[in-house]
Amino acid sequence: MRIFAAICSQHMHLSWRSGQTMLAVSFLFIAITLLPFGLGPELNLLRALAPGLLWVVLAISLLTGLERLFQADYEDGTLDRLLLVPLAFEAVVLAKLLGHYLALVLPLILAVPLAGLLLNIEAARLPVLLAAMLCGSPALVLLGGIGASLAVSVRRGGLLTVLIAMPFYVPVLIFGAAAARAGLETGVAVGPYLGILAALSAASLLLAPFAIAAALRSALR
Amino acid sequence: MLKALENISAFYANPTRFMALARQVHRPLWALAIGVLAYGLYRVAYVPADYQQGDSVRIMFVHVPAAWMSLFGYSFIFIASVTALIFRHPLGHVAARAAAPVGAVFTLLALITGSLWGQPMWGTWWVWDARLTSVLVLFFIYLGYIALWQAIDEPTRAARAASILAIVGFINVPIVKFSVDWWNTLHQPASVSRLARPALHADFLYPLLIMGAGFLVLFLALTLTRMQMEVLRQRLRARARKGEPPHV
Amino acid sequence: MAETQNLFSNMQHSRDAVCRADGLACARGAITVFEGVSFSLAAGQALCLRGANGSGKSSLLRQLAGLLPAAAGTLTHPDPAYGTHYLGHEDGLKAVLTIAETLAFDAALAGYRADNDAYADIAARLGLAGCDWQFVGDLSAGQKRRLTLARLIMDPRPLWLLDEPMTALDAAGRALVTDLAEAHLESGGMIIAASHETLDFADAEVLLGPRR
Repeated sequence: MRIFAAICSQHMHLSWRSGQTMLAVSFLFIAITLLPFGLGPELNLLRALAPGLLWVVLAISLLTGLERLFQADYEDGTLDRLLLVPLAFEAVVLAKLLGHYLALVLPLILAVPLAGLLLNIEAARLPVLLAAMLCGSPALVLLGGIGASLAVSVRRGGLLTVLIAMPFYVPVLIFGAAAARAGLETGVAVGPYLGILAALSAASLLLAPFAIAAALRSALR
Repeated sequence: MLKALENISAFYANPTRFMALARQVHRPLWALAIGVLAYGLYRVAYVPADYQQGDSVRIMFVHVPAAWMSLFGYSFIFIASVTALIFRHPLGHVAARAAAPVGAVFTLLALITGSLWGQPMWGTWWVWDARLTSVLVLFFIYLGYIALWQAIDEPTRAARAASILAIVGFINVPIVKFSVDWWNTLHQPASVSRLARPALHADFLYPLLIMGAGFLVLFLALTLTRMQMEVLRQRLRARARKGEPPHV
Repeated sequence: MAETQNLFSNMQHSRDAVCRADGLACARGAITVFEGVSFSLAAGQALCLRGANGSGKSSLLRQLAGLLPAAAGTLTHPDPAYGTHYLGHEDGLKAVLTIAETLAFDAALAGYRADNDAYADIAARLGLAGCDWQFVGDLSAGQKRRLTLARLIMDPRPLWLLDEPMTALDAAGRALVTDLAEAHLESGGMIIAASHETLDFADAEVLLGPRR
């Protein structure tokens, strides 16, 4: 639908132009850079921890970028307008989330191999790690979106968004990191983990838009 | 039966009638809570020391009921939120908001007693045991819920947002429990560091159940008191909005 | 595919569109903002809402836009998704976009796409220059208000809900709003506007205030 595409591309456009994409990717690299200062530069240690660390940093980078998802529209009146469009509001929400995913999350995931290099990750692990992130990141965006929409009317509600979204992230992180580790252990199939991640994403896709739409409608009342 | 329940809840939807009922039930409920807990503690004092864990097994009688209450508390919040949002019962939001800090404190109690219980066995104050980790995540769910109530200024908007969070979060709790359990089996360290419950024969089971019942009544008493406080607070706010001084 | 619609030349709104309120009440939280409001609007009529700050003018408009539920009474209005334009206090404009991009988005939400000439045309009619390169963030408050009027031109909908349409506008801007409003009414549309000042195009006024 043209309106769906317009809302999606508008969000992507705005994210790029206001530098959000660059900010999120920079944040990813800065966070990864800080880790050796805390953990020590021992390469073997970093290599062993790399998949889990990358997952956690990806999740946090995602969460920090979520605040912008709805709050700018809420404050300047665009959200009112999006409710008055001949498209179901849940679909409007999905359009924004898709735009956010394409503009912010995909670049983050594409930056992961480079960030992994900083942690001396084994190249063989990367494909599985990326596959797991692609399967699990929709869940992260959708669940984080619930937090962002609940906190939308709160000024500087970024921290609140993180606090609300964090318990939802636990299952995704558990299975995502497990999938990344399973890639190299013989006899452990990666498929089931990716399946669980995809199932979590699918379930979020079914439930989150309704919760987000309800939360946004409530904030506009 | 259901119709009777409906009628009762509709009758007490009126805050004034609810407050009248609460005033009557309040003291007996607290008396019951203190009574059952006192009896429970008395029974616990006479439980024979466990052959493996010694006297520290008695902490289990606080830890396990507290963990039960943390789960019960969130279920209570879920049911109250559903009642408020879908059945539009006005006291639902009051009940959910009142119960949240109570549940959070029980959760914190479960975490602290779990840590105290395990320390002699593990040698450290914390392990990422499946149950403790699940309770820790539940604690953050409570914190997020309470923070949402406090962050949104307008009360009705805060109530709506909080009920959405309660309902969505409730679906998440079993998922978290399942994933954390699975995660724990994956990373079983060399020494088994689970909080092993001693065999539940009658000597242990009955005091445990009594403590559980006592905690339940305590939860209800605390929540009822907080609900009364919340209704009074709303009345004060309404008066202040109209420019009337608070009623002495 | 690329249609340029000059929507005011021969647009006629359906005379079936109806806007009516009966004993309407509005509540924000526990406070009753207003109650017992009744009016009826037919095609070609405009209503002006007057009242002190906090009397509920904006809330009434939001109820008509379907953003706020009615606390009591009945409210009949066109389907907000197809039949209503709501111009609120905030602009709904994005500072990092150019005028042309903003107009393109307006067109997309209306369901079509036009070429740059059409956008330049509309911008000119609104009294805005530099359609291709002017960023919305650099416009003055009055110019931004004019830009918000673009969707009224680009998307024909019978009911217009305008919240303080004359704020920040100079004499030329006010004339623009009046012209657009009168053309809209002539083609059978309806307008409900909240304003502190008298509006030339309004047929009647509703005063929101405490019961006397």
